[in-house]
Amino acid sequence: MAQSFRLENAGLINREKKISFKFNGKTYYGYEGDTLASALIANGVHLIGRSFKYHRPRGFFGAGVDEPYAIVQLYRNGETEPNIKATEQELFEGLEATSVNCWPSVNFDVGAINNFLKIFLPAGFYYKTFMWPKSFWYKVYEPFIRKAAGLGVASIKHDKERYEHKYEYCDLLIAGSGPSGLASAYAAAKNGAKVILAEDKSRFGGSLLSSEVNIGNQTGKEWADSIISELKEMPNVIVKNRSQVFGYYDHNMLVMTERVSDHLPKTKKFHPKQRLWYIRSKEVIISSGSIERPLVFGNNDTPGVMLSSAAKEYLKVYGVLVGKKPLVFTNNDSGYETAIEFIKNGINPIVLDSRKDPKSEIIDEAKSLGIEIKFSYVVVAAHGYKKVKSADVAKISEDKEQLGDIENIKCDCICVSGFWTPTIHLASQSGNKTKFNENIDAFIPGKSKQNEKTLGSANGIYTLEETLKSSFEAGYELSKKITNNDNKVSFPNVVEKKSSVHDKFWCVPLPKGKNYKRFLDFQNDVAVSDIQIAIKEGYRSIEHVKRYTTLGMATDQGKTSNLNGLQLVSKIENKVVPAVGHTTFRPPYTPVSIGAIVGREIGKHSKPTRKSPMHYWHEKNNAIFVDAGVWLRPRYYKQGDENLFEASKREAKNVRTNVGVCDVTTLGKIDIKGPDAAELLNRVYTNAWLKLPVGKARYGVMLREDGIVMDDGTTTRISENHYHMTTTTAQAANVLSHLEYYLQVVWPDLNVNVVSTTEQWAGAAIAGPKSRDLLQKLFPKSNVSNEGLPFMGYMEGDLFGVKARIFRISFSGELAYEVNVESDYGNFMWEKIMEIGEEFKIQPYGTEALSTLRIEMGHVAGSELDGRTIPYDNSLEGLLSKKKDFIGKRSLSREAFTALDRQKVVGVVPLDKKTSIPEGSHLVKDSNAPLPNPKLGYISASCWSVEHDNPFSLAILKDGKNMIGEKLFVMSPLKNKVIPVEIVSSHYVDPKGERVRS
Amino acid sequence: MLHIKCPHCGMRSQNEFSYGGDATVKRPELNKEISDQDWDNFVYNRKSLRGKHWELWQHLSGCRQWIKVERDTATHEIFNTLKANEDIS
Ligand SMILES: [Zn+2]
Repeated sequence: MAQSFRLENAGLINREKKISFKFNGKTYYGYEGDTLASALIANGVHLIGRSFKYHRPRGFFGAGVDEPYAIVQLYRNGETEPNIKATEQELFEGLEATSVNCWPSVNFDVGAINNFLKIFLPAGFYYKTFMWPKSFWYKVYEPFIRKAAGLGVASIKHDKERYEHKYEYCDLLIAGSGPSGLASAYAAAKNGAKVILAEDKSRFGGSLLSSEVNIGNQTGKEWADSIISELKEMPNVIVKNRSQVFGYYDHNMLVMTERVSDHLPKTKKFHPKQRLWYIRSKEVIISSGSIERPLVFGNNDTPGVMLSSAAKEYLKVYGVLVGKKPLVFTNNDSGYETAIEFIKNGINPIVLDSRKDPKSEIIDEAKSLGIEIKFSYVVVAAHGYKKVKSADVAKISEDKEQLGDIENIKCDCICVSGFWTPTIHLASQSGNKTKFNENIDAFIPGKSKQNEKTLGSANGIYTLEETLKSSFEAGYELSKKITNNDNKVSFPNVVEKKSSVHDKFWCVPLPKGKNYKRFLDFQNDVAVSDIQIAIKEGYRSIEHVKRYTTLGMATDQGKTSNLNGLQLVSKIENKVVPAVGHTTFRPPYTPVSIGAIVGREIGKHSKPTRKSPMHYWHEKNNAIFVDAGVWLRPRYYKQGDENLFEASKREAKNVRTNVGVCDVTTLGKIDIKGPDAAELLNRVYTNAWLKLPVGKARYGVMLREDGIVMDDGTTTRISENHYHMTTTTAQAANVLSHLEYYLQVVWPDLNVNVVSTTEQWAGAAIAGPKSRDLLQKLFPKSNVSNEGLPFMGYMEGDLFGVKARIFRISFSGELAYEVNVESDYGNFMWEKIMEIGEEFKIQPYGTEALSTLRIEMGHVAGSELDGRTIPYDNSLEGLLSKKKDFIGKRSLSREAFTALDRQKVVGVVPLDKKTSIPEGSHLVKDSNAPLPNPKLGYISASCWSVEHDNPFSLAILKDGKNMIGEKLFVMSPLKNKVIPVEIVSSHYVDPKGERVRS
Repeated sequence: MLHIKCPHCGMRSQNEFSYGGDATVKRPELNKEISDQDWDNFVYNRKSLRGKHWELWQHLSGCRQWIKVERDTATHEIFNTLKANEDIS
C-alpha cells in the first residue's frame, strides 16, 4: 500500500531514502527521519494495540515522550525489547515491531471481552476481586492476567549489546532544546561557560520545528538550526540529541540516557547501544517544555482521537496527515494552529471551540482562510471502534452544564487541545515545591531547591518573546556567576501571534441516558467514573486515589492524565486543585533500560577479579577455582577422573603424611609502623602485645566494640617499630578501615602508620611433617632447625637470590611455614618449591583440603567467626587479657555473654562413622519431638577427617562445654536427613598441639 | 548521589566514601570503670536525628581519611566538613 497519508511537500524527512519495515508481520515503507509512529500513520495504520485493562483498541495520542498508547514490542538485530514507544522509535531499515496487550491478535482480542463486562471492572477491581478466594490466585487469576495484560515481553536471553556509563562535570546543564534551551545555552556558551545541552528527540528545536514564528528574520526552525550549528563548533559546549535527562538527584547530580544506536539497524562495532551520563552540574536549566492536555469526552480513547499538537507535529515534521476529515476540538488558541496547517495542505477541518466568543489574531486568520468554526461547541462522544468514524457534537451552555441537541459529524480524526501542562518533573525531583498557577490551571516550579531554574513553557510562559528574553538573560546571568565573564549576546526581534485566554472547561458532561466511558488516563484505562467511585469509597489523599485507581502510574507517569485527574478530584471534593496537591514525581521521567543502568558492570565485570601471581601455574596444573571474595583461589587440583571429594582428601592426606603447598597470597596483609605500633596492637587485639620480641609472631583475635569477634590472624614483629599483620581474606578491607578509624578518630595521639600490603607479597604455605626438610633445601644458608626457627618464629631468608620472609606459623596443625616474596617473584618461588619438593612427594593443595585440615584440627575460621560469636564461643577465651583493656572488652561482661550455659564450639561425629553431615543443619536432643523442635546448636563446618577417615564437623552448641560425650541428632529438613551423632572435642587431631612445635 | 567536600581532597562523589555513623559519640577512655548503661549508650544507643547531624565518613577510595560531615538527614544538604582531628564547634 502506498503512503496514502503522506503529503508531497511538507516535513523534514529525507525522501531520498526509503525505508522498509514490518509491523505485525506486514511490510510497509517510510522515509529516513520518520518515527515508527509517523511511518505507520503515513500508511493509514491507526490501530496499534489494546488497552491495559479493557483491551480497547488503541491508536496514537501523541508524537513523542508523552505517548500513552502506542507501546510496541521491538525486534532489532536478533534481540527483542518491550515497552518501546512508537512515537519515539526512529525508523531504520528492517525494523520489526508487534503490538502488545493483545491476544491472539490486534484485530481480534479475547481480552476485549473485559470491555463489555466493564461493570465488573471499576476502580479497585483487582484489589477487590482477585483477593478471593485465595486459592484461585495462582491457578486461575494470575495466569489469566499475565496472559491478558502486561506491556510486552522481556527477553530472557543474554543481552549482547554494550552499554556504557559516563561521568561529566559542567557549569550548566540544559535539559531540552526548545526556544528556552537554545537561547540560554547560546547566551551561556558565548559567555564562556561549560555547557551541556540535551535534547530528547533526534531533532533540536522543540516547538520551533512546528510553529509559525519569526526570530531575527528567520523561521523558528532556521533560527534553531543556526544556533545549534554554532554551539556544535564551540569547544566549551556538548550538544547531545536522543538524550533524555530523566532524573534529578542530590547535589545537582542529573542522570541522562543517550540512545546512541537505537535508531540504527545494528550497533556499530565498539559503540554502545546506550550511554548513561552522570552529570554533576553547577547550575541546571530545565527547559523541558510542556505537554498538551487532553479534553475529556465520551469514548475519547478511540483511535484517531489525539492531541492537536501531535497532529501538527506529524504534519510539519513528518509530512503526514493524521486524517483527511479532521475535527479540531479546543478550549484555547492552540487548536487553530493545527487547523491552519490542515487547510494550508488542502484539508478542510472543522473547529469546535468551547469558548463563546474568543478574539485573537490566529482566530481571525483561521476565519480568513475559510475554516469552519463552531463556538460554544463540544465533542460529546466519538464513534467508531477501531478508528473514529464520526463524532456527536453539541452546543454547550455558558455554565458548561447543559448540552444542546446532539448532531453527528463525519470525521476520521479528532484533534484535541485542552491547553498546556508544564513538564515540571525534573524541578519536582530536585525538591522544588511546586505551586499552582491559576492562569494556566497547572503546577509550575516554585522556589528553587537546588541550583535549578525552569524556563519557558515548562515554567508556564507561553509567549515566545518572553521565553527568549528570560532565557537569554538566565543563560547570561548563570554563566556570569560561574565564569565572571561579561559577554552579552544581543537579543533577536521576535514575531509571533498573540493568543487569547483559554477556557477553564475540560470535561464534557454526559448526555442524558448515555453512559460513555470518558477516559482520564489512557495508559491505565482510568475513567472519570473510576475516580468518582474511589472518592465515594472514601479515598481522599491524591496519593491513595492514584494507587487505588492506577491513575498516572506505569510508564506514562501521568504525563497527559495527571492534571485532569486532579481537576476531577478537586471538583468532586469541592476543593481547589492546589489543596488536593499532585502526586510525587519520581525518577525516571521515562523508562530507562536495565542495560543502561547496569552499564559495563555485568558478569565478571561486576567486580574486579583478583588473581595471585601463581594463578597461571594453578591453571596449567588443572586447578579448579573457587571465588573467595574477589579472589580466584584453587579449590583443588584435579588428577585424572577425581572429583572434588577424592582430590581434596588426597591433598589433605598428603599434607598429613608428606608435605603440601598452598597459595595463601589472598590473606590480607597490613604493614604497621611507628613508635606506638605495639600499643595499637595491644588495644586492637585481645591478648598482650607489648612484650613480643623482634623476630616473633603471635596469634591474635580482634573484637568489635560489641564484643563479637571481628577477625583473627598472626602479626609478626619485623623490627623494633615495624609489624606485619595478616587478616583473613574476607575481612582484609574491613580490618584496615577499622585500624584507620581508631588511629584517626579515637586515638589520634598514637604515632602509627598502617597500609595494606596484600598485593605486594606472594605467599606460600608449606605444611606437613617433611616441610622442614624442604625448607632447609630452599634456604640452605639459613638455620631453620627447631632451635633456629622455633614455632611462631620469623626470619628473613635468601631464596636463590630472592629476598624472602619466612614465618613458622600453621593453619593446618602440622609443622608448617609460610614463605612470602615480593609478588613479582611469586611464581618463581612456587616453581622452586614444587621442583625441590618433588623428592619429598610435595603436592599443591587447594581451599577444600585447607578447610579439611583446619576443621579436624578445630581451628575456628570464617564459618565460626560469623559475626555472631564471642571469643568464648570459639574457645578463644584463653586469649583474653585480664590485665589490660582492649576494644570490645567491656561488652564481654554483659549478662548474656557470661551465661554459664553459653554456646561453645564442639566436634560432631556421626555414630555410624559414615554419614556426612550437611553444613547448616541443626542439633536437637530428640529427633521425634513435636515441632518446633528446640534447637541446641548448628553445624558450622563439615569435612571428611583424613586422620580418622570418617566424617567430622564443627558445631556451635549451647552449653557446649558440658556436652562432650552426649548423643544428639543432626536434623536437616532441607536434605531430609536425621543423623544420630556424638559430641566430641573440637580438637579431633593432635589435641595437645605437638605437631606444630615438633 | 551526594557531593562531599573532603577536607583533604576537595569535592568528590559519594561513591568514593563510606558512611561511619554518628561523629559526636565519644569512645569511653580505656582502663576506666564505666556503668553498663553508659557502655550500652556508647555501643548501641543512637538518636537517629532528623535534621542537622554530624557524622563520620571515610574517604575510602581516595585519601582513606576519616572525616566529619555535617549533613541534614532529611534533605541531604551538607553544611560543613572537618578533618577527623578538628573539633565540632
Ligand atoms: Zn580525601
